[in-house]
Amino acid sequence: MDAKDILGLPKISLPIPQEKKSRPQKDSQRKPDGISREVYALTGGVPPLMPSVDVNQLKKRHQPENEKITWEWLAFTNSARKDNLQLYHWVRVVNGTPPTGDYSFAKYNKSVDVVKYTDEEYEKHLTDPAWTKEETDQLFDLCERFDLRFVVIADRFSSSRSVEELKNRFYSVSRAILIARAPSPADVSGHPLVKEPYNISQEIERKRALSMVLSQTKHQERKDAEVLSEAKKISESRMAAKAAQDAELPVTSSISPEGVEKTTAPVDTASPSNMQVSAGVAPLMSMADNAAAAAASLRMLRVYLRTYALDQMVQAASSSAGLRTIKRVEQFLQELKVNLKPKVPTKAVCAEHLELRKEILTLLNLQKLLQNKEEGSSYRESSYTETPDTPKRLQRGMDQDRTFIPDSVSFGAMSAERVGKRDQKRKGPGREAPSSPAQSKRPRKLKATDS
Amino acid sequence: MPQNSSKKHASNQQLDVSGPTPKSQRTKMVRSSDDNEKKNLVKKLKDVEISVPIVYGNVAFWLGKKASEYQSHRWTVYVRGATNEDLSVVVKRAVFQLHSSFNNPMRVVESPPFELSESGWGEFEIAITLHFHSDVCDKPLHLYHHLKLYPEDESGSMSVKKPVVVESYDEIVLAEPSEGLFARVQNHPAVVVPRLPAGFSLPPADDADKRKRIDPKDNPLTQWFTNFSEADELLKLAAARQQVQAQIARVRRQLSLIDGQHQQSKPPTEL
Repeated sequence: MDAKDILGLPKISLPIPQEKKSRPQKDSQRKPDGISREVYALTGGVPPLMPSVDVNQLKKRHQPENEKITWEWLAFTNSARKDNLQLYHWVRVVNGTPPTGDYSFAKYNKSVDVVKYTDEEYEKHLTDPAWTKEETDQLFDLCERFDLRFVVIADRFSSSRSVEELKNRFYSVSRAILIARAPSPADVSGHPLVKEPYNISQEIERKRALSMVLSQTKHQERKDAEVLSEAKKISESRMAAKAAQDAELPVTSSISPEGVEKTTAPVDTASPSNMQVSAGVAPLMSMADNAAAAAASLRMLRVYLRTYALDQMVQAASSSAGLRTIKRVEQFLQELKVNLKPKVPTKAVCAEHLELRKEILTLLNLQKLLQNKEEGSSYRESSYTETPDTPKRLQRGMDQDRTFIPDSVSFGAMSAERVGKRDQKRKGPGREAPSSPAQSKRPRKLKATDS
Repeated sequence: MPQNSSKKHASNQQLDVSGPTPKSQRTKMVRSSDDNEKKNLVKKLKDVEISVPIVYGNVAFWLGKKASEYQSHRWTVYVRGATNEDLSVVVKRAVFQLHSSFNNPMRVVESPPFELSESGWGEFEIAITLHFHSDVCDKPLHLYHHLKLYPEDESGSMSVKKPVVVESYDEIVLAEPSEGLFARVQNHPAVVVPRLPAGFSLPPADDADKRKRIDPKDNPLTQWFTNFSEADELLKLAAARQQVQAQIARVRRQLSLIDGQHQQSKPPTEL
């Protein structure tokens, strides 16, 4: 500033650049002409990088002025019309000569070629017990008028025939005529009417099925999807089990001393009923089946990692147990100080690990069963009480959830609860039955109530 | 009750080989002509699985004074046989996919030892792909290893001499190997082969060149390798199983008790 003073330069030079700066800014913030500010803001608020329309083309649409264009109100004929109705419309006349050619929309007047039969042909080929000649004639007339729109035809048909009946009659007549008129059967064998005749029963069935599908309620849809997926799972695993059985023994040994045989038996008895709606089919899938399927898929791989194989087998073994059960198994493992994934996964170690998991599953399910039995018996005695003793070794503070029974240990008294959908959410340690059988038949009456 | 192939083979050995072949014994040994022999080499041995125990992981050295901001560690990622055996008997090559910030992040190692050394500063997941010889398998196998450079305890003990070592044990299982492959690897120390039942006779593999063990002196990293032993784990598992089995027995007893009670009390309560 002082320098400028000394040099005698004007001081006003500073404000000018500022003014210049602010103005361009303001310009971009101002709306452009032609559209409102809000609309402009919608497009991003800035002018487009590339003009969408070439601005130069915008004004000079008019043709080179050697031609004289006028518009005239002229009459025209429509070849699609059968009467000679004369209508008028505006026509673009170039240099005094009107355009030639048919009415531009006449080419869209298409119609269907409906066969026309003579009376003799009718007598010879087309008689039908269900149809009189008049009806057939009327049908064909309507078909021609309405371009084979059978719904309309059915509506206008004198006697009430269904759409399928009309179609059937029409197509069979056409087919018969075609074959009759053909010089040799080979000529028309390629014709679609001859190759694929109209199948009335199939059509009726198809439409019925379609309407059923369309009119299904959501509830029904869901149930159907469930059943289908169950059936698919079952058939898949049974196929895999078959493949496994062909090759070798199942990789996993029996879950419990009861053995694999008992587990496969329920599956076989379930097979006749697997197509019917029964949600209980899935729980009946034995662990051995799942394991065999897993083993088969591993063998398919040819080369795999032992840890991967263990994962698959573990999943197969716990496939029918709920998520909470799996968590409980893992908790159990941790309490036993066993790694959830073995650190040294050799063949022996993996096998032991798998067996251990299965045994824990068995134990948990047995405990659950025990609990159910106790409650069941106490229900029967019409007193809802619980034994308060909690032995330490059964003390696991876990939630209850669904029962899954790997071996078909069946207790007659508990058949109601066996299907395993009973969801009791009761926290607390597992209970133990009173240990003295010599007590009276109602040992648990009037004991301490649960709080 | 470990599910060993040895168990299955024990049962096989009891079968009569000369009689009609039972389900589990599929391969027929015809030694009449060379052609047949070739076909036999391709035949799959059912009920047999070969396993190759491997260890994969990394060793990382802090560079100490020579460390820069972007090259603070010198690390080596590798796949080795569990007892430091040569894996090239089954593995054709190993591909290590590094972080994209490395140039040529896909590193191929064609010959043993299947390891890759680099320097860097960051930890990331390395995808290791093992390609096998054609008689083993056509498809590659994928392993994933998270590179570890910094020690677990908070940057307390980064020393130049002692590296950070993270290894994982696993086994490559070759299910139903072809006879040719079996013959080739049956005497190799890197491979665990089960005993075949009597009646199987395969051309003996030549032991001479299979004897190549990796000399500890060749690879300076050998001293840092962990020794994985299954004995510890087996013991723990066995103990755990015993416990669980005891509990199962107990619960079963209780259940049968209740059952007995119900049998007594059923008639009066049944409506």
